[in-house]
Order: sequence, then C-alpha cells, then structure tokens
Amino acid sequence: MIPGSFAYHRPTSVKDAVSLLGSLGEDARAIAGGHSLIPMMKLRLAAPAHLIDLAGVADLKGIREDGRDIVIGVMTTQHELVSSELLANKIPILRETSLQIADPQVRYVGTIGGNIANGDPGNDMPAVMMCLNATYHAVGKTGERRVAAREFYQGAYLTALKPGELVTAVRIPVPPSGHGHAYEKLKRKIGDYATAAAAVVLTLSGGKVSTCSVGLTNVAETPLWAEEAGNILTGSALDAATVKKAVAAAEAITSPASDGRGPAAYRTKMAGVMLTRALARAKERAA
Amino acid sequence: MAKSQISMTVNGKKVEELVEPRTLLIHFLREQLNLTGPHIGCETSHCGACTVDLDGKSVKSCTMFAVQANGADIRTIEGMAAADGTLHVLQEAFREMHGLQCGFCTPGMITRAYRLLQENKKPTEEEIRFGIAGNLCRCTGYQNIVKAIQYAAAKINGVPLQEAAE
Repeated sequence: MIPGSFAYHRPTSVKDAVSLLGSLGEDARAIAGGHSLIPMMKLRLAAPAHLIDLAGVADLKGIREDGRDIVIGVMTTQHELVSSELLANKIPILRETSLQIADPQVRYVGTIGGNIANGDPGNDMPAVMMCLNATYHAVGKTGERRVAAREFYQGAYLTALKPGELVTAVRIPVPPSGHGHAYEKLKRKIGDYATAAAAVVLTLSGGKVSTCSVGLTNVAETPLWAEEAGNILTGSALDAATVKKAVAAAEAITSPASDGRGPAAYRTKMAGVMLTRALARAKERAA
Repeated sequence: MAKSQISMTVNGKKVEELVEPRTLLIHFLREQLNLTGPHIGCETSHCGACTVDLDGKSVKSCTMFAVQANGADIRTIEGMAAADGTLHVLQEAFREMHGLQCGFCTPGMITRAYRLLQENKKPTEEEIRFGIAGNLCRCTGYQNIVKAIQYAAAKINGVPLQEAAE
C-alpha cells in the first residue's frame, strides 16, 4: 500500500506552520505522529498534496504547569504522557488512558494532538478531555483562540477547527488533589478502539459526591460529555439506585453504530457497564 | 514529485539517500538499503513485523515516511549481532528458548524486546506480555517468546532464569 504523491514541508515554528496551512489551503494536511493519517493515506482515503510535518516545531512539545492548569503541547507522544511524573501526580487519568491506547510502538509515535484534533470518535483522549473540561489552543493566521473540548466535536472527523487553524496545545485545569478517577475501556483486544469506554473524575466530601464529570468514548458520532449523569451523581453517596439512574441517563445520550464491535444496543449497554465500573474505581481512589 | 535528500545513521553507518516523500520507511530500508530483516506483514500498523528501533523508540516502519526519519539513528535486526557474528543476547535467547517457528515476526519481536529491556531491565512476565502487545506471532502462542525475553533479561542481569509458568 503506497500513498499518493505529496510535497513534504517541515516548518520549525508555529508561525511558519500556520502560514503554510493557510497558503496551501485545503490540499494541505498537518501531520503529527501520523498514526491516523498515514494509514488513511495508504488506503488512499486521504490524499493530501502537501504534508506539513510538525515534528520540527519545538514549541509544540512538552508538558508544563501554568497556574492552576497543565498545558500539554500537541506533539507530546502518548509514551511521554505515560512517562510524565507531573501528570501521574496531578492528572493520573491521563496515564491510565494513554496506556489503553493502541500498543507500545504506536504510543512512542502517536501524539495527544493527533488523538484530540482528528475528530475520530474511536480516539480515547477526546472524551477524557471533555470529562476534565480541557481547552484547546487553536492558532490561525489572525492569532490564537481557545475552544472548550466540550464544544469542539461536531461529528465524525468534524471539529470546530476552522480551515488554516492548528491546535497547538491542550490546557487542562488540574482536578483537586484527592479526586478519584478512572478510564474503563472495553475492547476486543489490545490495540483496538473501544467497544465502549467511560471516563470519570469525581471528588468526595464526607462520603458524598461534591463534583462528578463523565465522558464516553466511541458510542456516538462524537465523544460525549454525560452532563446529566454527572449532575444526578452529585450530592449522592454513589448508592446503587443513584448510580443506576445516572447510568440510564448516560446510556440515553449514546447512539453507537452497529459494527464489528457489536450491535448498537450492546454497545450502549456496555457504555453503562463501563461507567458503573469507572464510578466504583473512582470512588475507591478518592480521598 | 521532487525527491528529498535525507541522511541518517542505520546500524551505526551513515547513509545519505534521495527519496520520494511518499516512500515509507519500511520500503526505504528494504528496497534502497537492502535491509530485508524488517518485514512487511499487515501494512496496517497492527502486526509489528516492521518494527525498528529509532532514536530510542520502537516504531512501526510501515507507518512512517522515510523523510520523517531524516537525521534519525536507526537499528534494525541486521544491527543486533556483533561485527564478528556473535549473536546479541536476545538472538541467542530466541534460539535457545525456541522463540520462533516460521520466523516472520522474529526481527520485529527482537527489536521490540531490545527496547523493552533497555527501559525495564527486570520486566515481570505481565510487563513482557504488555510490552510486546504490538507484535503479532501466528505460530508460537507467545509462550516461548516470553521465555526468550526472560532468558535474555536473566542473562543481562546475571541471575538464574525463572521460566514463565506453563
């Protein structure tokens, strides 16, 4: 499988990358780790005339603290997310999620930017970013704007990104210390996309839930933020009846496709099962 | 399409070549450098037969363009044995523990195991299995591959081999 021909560009600054994206227009694609784009190009489902490789842009790498947020450059690989002690301490759900993405070789090369910006509903990070209420930095010719992850995903491979814009970083508000978290993913084998997956971040106070946020992966055209489920759980002691009600609310917003991973009704049910498990584990971990 | 000039270090040797941007690293290695150790298996980033070591990472060379590897330091299975032909401890381990049957996955398995042991000198059986999850073998059922990696780890660490449970 050999991709179509293209011209290769390797800018060294965000400014040059955005300027190339703008001037080359719709025939140009930015490439990060390439582990979504190159397989598409090999199948000729994508045939960009220009590839703009972001690997030479140093500003797009790295994980740093900025006030109460952690900012992650889009070229940071899944492997680097797994290795980061800062993330392990502050936002441990990112390591837990990264380790469930693909396999070791893919994690060495695949980036958080590709995972969140491609708009593939099978990717794991988007629902986690919605759960964490992350914001994406989008840079275009006219400057930078910030888009909430919860408003970024509009359809399969369709995002709020405008032509010529590049996501440069992900900004995540650090959840309170002592929060509980879990990313539960049902998959047929290692490396597979989720049949269904659920992300939970919650805080407890006196045995009751003070905040709770839920994200769901691969059970709709877009990742989902299950706002109502989180609201139902807030104030509860995560008793079985309330969990059941919240799970029903989460299942109600899913609309998965029937495919090799199972019929739609099964995948909806599995989203509920993953959420139930994620809630139990997050509760165990919460201080 | 205009060709690009790339240079890299492959198995310790400097190479400079012209490539079309669309040339995948696996094709570059096999067809331009005649390094046919890395294999083309699934071509869809799943099987890991094309795995090479690149700048301290295990990568699937079927899912990278050669131009992206410009400037990189690459090691393939051909670069594992010593110049005098002495096998690398992992090669010896795969032979001793019958870690291969048809051998198709072996170059990828060994280059991947090499990086795994660089990062984790004493992996548990579970860590080995998780660490080679990106490499498929259709013959062995993995048991002897895991044993071979345990053999190599034990030898590197100078401790007696503790075999995986049957």
